[in-house]
Amino acid sequence: MQKFETFSGIVCPLDRSNVDTDAIIPKQFLKSIKRTGFGPNLFDDWRYLDRGEPGMDNSRRPINPDFVLNDPRYAGASILLTRENFGCGSSREHAPWALADYGFRVIIAPSYADIFFNNSFKNGLLPIVLDAATVDRLFERATGGQALRLTVDLAAQQIQPAGDAPIGFDVDAFRKHCLLNGLDDIGLTLQHVDDIKAYEARRRVEAPWLFQ
Amino acid sequence: MKPRTLYDKLWDSHVVREEPDGTALLYIDRHLVHEVTSPQAFEGLRLAHRPLWRTDANLATADHNVPTTDRSQGIADPVSRLQVETLDSNCAEFRITEFGMSDPRQGIVHVIGPEQGATLPGMTVVCGDSHTSTHGAFGALAHGIGTSEVEHVLATQCLIQKKSRSMLIVVDGPVGPGVTAKDIVLAIIGRIGTAGGTGYALEFSGQAIRDLSIEGRMTVCNMAIEAGARSGFIAVDDKTIEYVKGRPFAPRPEYWDQAVAYWQTLHSDDGAEFDEVVRIPAAEIQPQVTWGTSPEMVVPVGERVPDPDRETDPVRAQGMRRALQYMGLEAGTPIAQISLDKVFIGSCTNSRIEDLRAAAQVARGRKVAGNIRQALVVPGSGLVKAQAEQEGLDKIFIEAGFEWREPGCSMCLAMNADRLEPGERCASTSNRNFEGRQGQGGRTHLVSPAMAAAAAIAGHFVDVRDIV
Ligand code: SF4
Repeated sequence: MQKFETFSGIVCPLDRSNVDTDAIIPKQFLKSIKRTGFGPNLFDDWRYLDRGEPGMDNSRRPINPDFVLNDPRYAGASILLTRENFGCGSSREHAPWALADYGFRVIIAPSYADIFFNNSFKNGLLPIVLDAATVDRLFERATGGQALRLTVDLAAQQIQPAGDAPIGFDVDAFRKHCLLNGLDDIGLTLQHVDDIKAYEARRRVEAPWLFQ
Repeated sequence: MKPRTLYDKLWDSHVVREEPDGTALLYIDRHLVHEVTSPQAFEGLRLAHRPLWRTDANLATADHNVPTTDRSQGIADPVSRLQVETLDSNCAEFRITEFGMSDPRQGIVHVIGPEQGATLPGMTVVCGDSHTSTHGAFGALAHGIGTSEVEHVLATQCLIQKKSRSMLIVVDGPVGPGVTAKDIVLAIIGRIGTAGGTGYALEFSGQAIRDLSIEGRMTVCNMAIEAGARSGFIAVDDKTIEYVKGRPFAPRPEYWDQAVAYWQTLHSDDGAEFDEVVRIPAAEIQPQVTWGTSPEMVVPVGERVPDPDRETDPVRAQGMRRALQYMGLEAGTPIAQISLDKVFIGSCTNSRIEDLRAAAQVARGRKVAGNIRQALVVPGSGLVKAQAEQEGLDKIFIEAGFEWREPGCSMCLAMNADRLEPGERCASTSNRNFEGRQGQGGRTHLVSPAMAAAAAIAGHFVDVRDIV
């Protein structure tokens, strides 16, 4: 996994609550058996005016000029600012894959759906929770005349908006450690093979029907 | 010993090790696999030259992409076909038991797990699918995972987890006649909201829950995820044990008594503490219909589409306006005046035999209304289908004008050929009414199987209690 280092990027404000994973990446693109290539179909139903299907040449499709991702102000955005309960719905990891493949590294919202939140960390994507009032303020700045640029420092747990006071955020210590070091969960778990085997040996006695 | 919740018991019995910050390695007893969220995980194993940890803990089936019409020609869509074939070859390579597309036991992953006895009380059950919460109906700790975690389970039989907070939802007293498990869970979501359970493990209890059959309990737990909770579960009782008995993957006779003795401990102790308790009087619950694009946008069938101008929270009001626009509805319209184009009876929420019986009871001797372009009945598994046919339910549906299909996810998420066209309005027994869920531009109203059948007959929503 890619290490998460301090970086600076433009904020794309997506002013909706309860954005579900099917909006993030519609189901027809889930038929892929790969992990990459989902970026062009991120928010497909909102981003294009026609119906997207796998295998289409996306550069030739009619784009929806009213959708925020297509606003030239936010071209190249790497931070997504959004509202409550982002990523609700299915467990598809294609959602963080699509966000990351598009170029997003950070999401800022007042709350997330659990599975999405969890999946994000595993793909080098940092979901930051800020209180609703702070999110509101960021929306005001991000939707003003000029695009808002933020610097995100994971080690210091700080967001630095250009020309404004820094905003602190919380992050789980273990997840932070994994992101900063680009650690793979499976590798970490396999350091505990003996513990897993000991557990299994105990359960074979306590609950033998689970191993029949 | 301090009184423990069911969640505490399920959690404690699966902790392999725990870090001082509470991050735990949790052992997984059952891993269910389907074609959509697994290919990249198997690929990851191969790339890292990692073996599968434990073959017999896995059970696979193809459900999301499979056609529900004649399967003898295979899958027409080459992309869907490749995904299903990839599952077949991965299962063959790793020697995982798979109910492939032509197996009579094939079906929706959350229907076949319990049907086979592969879901047992006290287990941890995971699957790369958010509706894995369904299996909590057995007093199991069950939740959906992403593909990285699918790979993690394949490689280690464990997950890295932190314990959630606990919420007890008590549905007090009996429900009135004609009110089903689906109505109960929609009413709960209407009450606590789609993010109300975020960060919590939900335990459902109270007389209305205890009165439900195991299949009804599955419907309730299935939608825990729509309340934002990854898992929802119900204490084990005699019905649970009776349901499990004799199923193919159930404990062998020599272990049965030991298993039952353990299962009987799977309930929250008297005096156990929850972080949150919600009480809902069952008598207040009416048959429910969703009107918007989130399962929390739900009202009793006798009411009207709500008015965003009356909502005080501006973010919510904006969400309501957007939903009404997408749904093509006017505030104040009586729910019973909403006319429909399609009806879908199926999905892991409501495609079990009792669901089909309830719908057939309404459809018997009646005809689907002329304005309904398509009314689909899609059983949850091959075995459910066979059972229904043995009871003659297929004939009742076909005579009434419904289509009787092969098992799979079908129009629940429209990954196969079954879908809504833009603007079409559907009464659906599935679990999500998100924009585009049943097809781009499609409009979904979530209801119980009996309410869906009644809507098919009337051509618009009706209170099922008025017609049976
Ligand atoms: S029936 Fe619907 S909700 Fe259930 S597993 Fe299939 S697609 Fe998911």
